[in-house]
This record gives sequence, C-alpha cells and structure tokens, in this order.
Amino acid sequence: MEQYLNLAIKAIFVENLALAFFLGMCSFLACSKKINTALGLGAAVIFVQTVTVPMNNLIYNRLLADGALAWLSPGLADYDLSFLGFLCYIGTIAAMVQIVEMTLDRYVPALYAALGVFLPLIAVNCAILGGSLLMVERTYTFGESVVFGLGSGVGWALAIVALASIRERLQYSNIPLALRGLGMTFVLSGLMAIGFMAFGGIQL
Amino acid sequence: MKAASTKTLLDPLFESNPIALQVLGICSALAVTSKMETALVMCAAVISVLALSNLSISILRNLIPSNVRIIVQLTIIASLVIVTDQVLKAYIYEISKQLSVFVGLIITNCIIMGRAEAYAMQNGPLDSLLDGIGNGLGYSVVLMATAFLRELLAQGTVFGAVVLPKVHSGGWYNPNGLLGVSAGAFFIIGLFIWALRSWKADQVEAEG
Repeated sequence: MEQYLNLAIKAIFVENLALAFFLGMCSFLACSKKINTALGLGAAVIFVQTVTVPMNNLIYNRLLADGALAWLSPGLADYDLSFLGFLCYIGTIAAMVQIVEMTLDRYVPALYAALGVFLPLIAVNCAILGGSLLMVERTYTFGESVVFGLGSGVGWALAIVALASIRERLQYSNIPLALRGLGMTFVLSGLMAIGFMAFGGIQL
Repeated sequence: MKAASTKTLLDPLFESNPIALQVLGICSALAVTSKMETALVMCAAVISVLALSNLSISILRNLIPSNVRIIVQLTIIASLVIVTDQVLKAYIYEISKQLSVFVGLIITNCIIMGRAEAYAMQNGPLDSLLDGIGNGLGYSVVLMATAFLRELLAQGTVFGAVVLPKVHSGGWYNPNGLLGVSAGAFFIIGLFIWALRSWKADQVEAEG
C-alpha cells in the first residue's frame, strides 16, 4: 500500500508531467486562458490517462514484450514485438478516446458538451502517449500502472488549472508588448516549475 | 531553385517559426535541450520524420478518404518514427537511451500532424518535402539555440568540450544550475520569443 501512495505522490508532485517532463505542452499553453476550460481539459486528461496507461501496460506485458506471447503457445516464446509499441499505443489511445467520447455522449451528455473539442484532441496530447511510454520504460506492474496513470493525470490537471488561474489574474498587469501571450506564459511556467521543485525528494 | 520554393523552405525559420509563432512541438523542444548532443540528434530525427511524412502524405493525399485521414496520417507518422527509433538504437545507442521516451513522442509532436494537415494534404510532393524540411529547420534553430545556452551556462561546455572551466575543477566559471533543470528551459524559450517578437513586431499577440 505504502509503495502505491509513494508512487502517486511522486507522479503528482515530484515528477509532474507538465512541469518536469514538458509533456502535453501544446494544450497546456493553448488551453490555459480560462479556468473553466482548463478544468474541463484537466478532467478529461485524468480520465483518459487512468484508462489508457493500464490498457497499454496489459498490451505490452501480454503481447509485445520479449517472450510475452509464450502464453499462446510455447513456439511463440522467442518473439519480441516491442518495436511495434508506438503503433499499438497510439492506436489504443485513439480507440479509447473514441470510446470514451461515445460513452459520455450517450450517458453523460452534460459533461460531453462541457468538454467539447478537447476530448478528441486528447488523442494527440503527448502527456497521454508520454505516460504510456514512461510506464513501459520503467517496467511498472499492472497495479503500479493504474496508480501512475491516475497520479500523472491529476498532476497534469493540477498544473494547468494553476497556470490558468495565474493567467486570469495577469490580465490586469502591464506586460511589455512583445512578451504578451506566449512569452509571458513560458516565463510563468518556468516560475511554477521552480515552485514544484520544492517537492523534490519527498518520500513517504 | 524558384523563388516560391525558396520561400517555402526558408519562411519557417523566422517568419512563421513553428515553435515561436505557431506554438507547435513545444514538449520535446524543452525536454531534450539540456545537452547539445542530444538536441542535435533530436533535430535530425524530427527533420527526417517531418520531411518523409510530408512527402508520403502528399503523395497519398488523393487516395486518403477525408473522414479517416487522421488515423491514416497517424499510422504513416508512427511507422516513420518506429524506423527512426530503430536506426537510432542500432547506431547511437547511448544517445537514444538519453532521449528516452522523446523519440517516441515525435508521433504526437504537433508540428508533424500540423504540417501534414495544413500543408501536405493540399500541396504537391516536392513543395511538401521542402515545407517539411523548412519547418524542421525552424524547429532546429530554436532547439539548438536553447541547447547551446543551457549547456554553456549550466555546464560550461559546448558539445561536451570545455569552454568555460568550472570553479570546482580549477577554473573560474561558477555554473548556473538553474539552466540545467526544467525551469531554465521555460525561461530561455520565453526570452527567445520575446526577442523574436521585439524584432518582428507583426508577430505580437493582439489580446494579452
């Protein structure tokens, strides 16, 4: 239990996907003008991340890894399909996003309308693919991958909501003309990254 | 080379830089720039994937049904990235280890999807190839400049060769650790955009 809690803390704060690994930067910068859109996108990312990371964990461990096909028949034991990884993960992610979209449309239309165009866009959000690739690289077990998926999604959502709140307040400040918009957002994210460095080394 | 082709190739360097103006492909721009060596390999990988994906999508553009185009584009890009990744693993294993997940993330790099969707689907193969190389170069300019500053100021080296001898190895330079960590990359790109927009005032964003 303790190791899972530790992993979750690490995924949310210490190794924040947005601020320590720069993942999902495009939407992080583009969709952080208003708190409401940031909240919606954050929620969608948490959801998709929690589903796709464990899914890809199963795909990697049961189908792609070196010798993973041994459960089908002993003759397949020395096949290593891990080079197909990228294609499978992105396929899984695109399919999952589509399924999530259809399910929400059918059963929770209010949430579906709120998320709008962000839901399909998540398929090409690098935080999602990055989460799956990091999971494979660090050889997490299935249980760990569930925690890591949830934690990294929550961390990303936390970062984008915090950035959106700061940007809303900045509307009244007098920024040099050429630094407005994108430039200022970068400097802000840098300051937030320094803030998050304070979590470094926290262990439970 | 015709003037129009030159324009296609060179415009993305400063006039419509994919990172500074179109806000595309930021993730990897920040993550691989702590050393020039990794940044250079990343640039080469992105330029080749971008040029080849633009070329092949442009050749196939009349055969791709428009309602499944995203998945077709993703498949083409993912296959090219797999080839690139295998080549890197085979010839420069050490650097490909350092790049870790970021080679794979070229798939979701918005520059590639963005150019495929915005340019290659409408233009001929040769122009698309040039557009791919041009945007790849525009990306590389920002990447290499960031990596140069970060490596020089955080470690006192350029491509691993000592330029500013550090204090604790008998020199005079006191390294700036801030630029070695993630926050430094944000600041450098932010300042780069500031400088570029002060120089070319028409790129300033209207609403703050």
